[in-house]
Amino acid sequence: MIEAEGLTKRYGETQALAGVDFAVPAGSILGVLGPNGAGKTTAVRILTTFATPDSGRATVAGHDVVTEAAEVRRHIGVAAQDATLDELLTGRQNLALIGELSRMSRSASKARATELLDRFELTFAADRIMKGYSGGMRRRLDLAASMMTRPPVLFLDEPTTGLDPSSRLRMWDVIRELVGDGVTLLLTTQYLDEADTLADKIIVIDHGTVIAQGTPRELKKASKGARLEVTLSAPHPDAVTALQQLVEGRVQVSEEGRVLDAAVDNSPGLATAVVRALDAAGVLVDNIEVRQPSLDDVFFSLTGHPAEVAEAPELEGASL
Amino acid sequence: MTTAVIPSVGTAPAKSHFRIGDRVADVWSLTRRNLIHISREPMQLSDVTIQPVLFTLLFIFVFGSGIPIPGGTYKDFALAGLLTLNLTTSVMGTAVGLSTDLHEGVIDRFRTLPMWRSAILVGRSIADVMSAALCVTIVALTGLAIGWRGSASIPSIVGGFALALFFSYSLSWVAACVGLNSKGPESAASFGFIVLFPLAFISNALVPTQHMPGWLQVIADWNPVSAVTAGARHLFGNPNPSATASAWPMQHPVEAALIWSVVILAVAAPLASYFFKRRTTE
Repeated sequence: MIEAEGLTKRYGETQALAGVDFAVPAGSILGVLGPNGAGKTTAVRILTTFATPDSGRATVAGHDVVTEAAEVRRHIGVAAQDATLDELLTGRQNLALIGELSRMSRSASKARATELLDRFELTFAADRIMKGYSGGMRRRLDLAASMMTRPPVLFLDEPTTGLDPSSRLRMWDVIRELVGDGVTLLLTTQYLDEADTLADKIIVIDHGTVIAQGTPRELKKASKGARLEVTLSAPHPDAVTALQQLVEGRVQVSEEGRVLDAAVDNSPGLATAVVRALDAAGVLVDNIEVRQPSLDDVFFSLTGHPAEVAEAPELEGASL
Repeated sequence: MTTAVIPSVGTAPAKSHFRIGDRVADVWSLTRRNLIHISREPMQLSDVTIQPVLFTLLFIFVFGSGIPIPGGTYKDFALAGLLTLNLTTSVMGTAVGLSTDLHEGVIDRFRTLPMWRSAILVGRSIADVMSAALCVTIVALTGLAIGWRGSASIPSIVGGFALALFFSYSLSWVAACVGLNSKGPESAASFGFIVLFPLAFISNALVPTQHMPGWLQVIADWNPVSAVTAGARHLFGNPNPSATASAWPMQHPVEAALIWSVVILAVAAPLASYFFKRRTTE
């Protein structure tokens, strides 16, 4: 449904994309994961006909994004990173305008707007000016706008960046529902957990190239970035020894001796094994936590460098 | 893949070949959007509603008392000038509006739609003409209320207003070029003060040019604003001291105003469309 081959794009001095290949089969979700400036937005901009690649080619819904841009536009919905609707129109007027400009009749456009406002729980604010919308409401309205024509392919560029946790969960529900409808979806994100919950397949982009790809599970396994943190009821001399065989590398002990911290792999049942081992050694445990690898951890293990690099250039280029 | 294998996804909109009706519909949708903006923030319109009333009253009663006009009153002299002045400065709205749209990413959203892209520019210019027409009406009513009268025939007077409106339409495309090249709404607004105010004031709009220093008089006589103003005065049958100036545009003000407007439009409109394409292509 979406295919990209060897896409490259340069903005001035910045090589935003340096040869990116991927494919998204119909009805599935691809998560594009990477830090700011990795090239995610550039890839989305090329696939949605905003930008033309310097080299390489891409098709969306069977149409070339450069030579058949107009056709592509009729098959896609786009929710860009910054909500891009009209602040001075109401939610309903915004959706109706998008519908009309997408060649829907005025009445069909109005009906569809009402339906989507309802579906995205925005009916209560439908006739308010968008200026007063919260971040979560804006994103939902933006997503609704991208679905006006029921496009078979949707692009969501960081749909939850900047949202509070509850809005984020709500957004996830909405996205899951979409896939239930059979929409093919490309989703960019900076959050591993987001890609993890939503995507069928993830590609990790850094410095404009794909540095890893696979299912969320495969990726996390490869990253080995999880950390175990155990809080003891009281410092115990045998605790470190009991843990050592279950973790990778050294166990670090906090100053007062109650908190133990170590890198672990993501083997199933890890927490159970830890509790059993500590219990066998007669150690009382107050709290145990296995932190999944963060994006930084994944990045560090994949690339050997921390995630936040080259933020400004891409943003600058993208807003041209 | 087709929508047939995924029943709950609707078909994409029907294949559209170029149709004039679609383009008209796009333009109308976007014109309506701009009109809704105006209704939401009526203060946006202050430069075509409150400002004309204020300027007209201030200039006529404050300046008018000190400026003798050969062959008539300052009131009758100044109305055409105030008309051009207000229309000239109001095109700033076009620059600010376009710049805001680009800045806020609304145009980015439009670009992902299968619409006629130039409708964004055309829709804006139609809304601008509507607000300029409002400005013309307000200046005319204010003038009538304080005793301004034209001495020519009604069609000729209407022609005078139309001449000024046409000029402001042409100028709004220059403003569009500025808006499309500006860094943001604020810098687009500064265009008004740096370019439009001198353009409007170094002219015969508010004072006869005869007493200006020679070099300034040359600039004023060749300023398109002067041609439009003199043309409107001529068509209104109001006092027009510029008729004694020897510069060609002052001798043929209506022709000069039309030529200026057509030339500005012919240059600025294609240029705006070029800047728009450039600004929205990566």
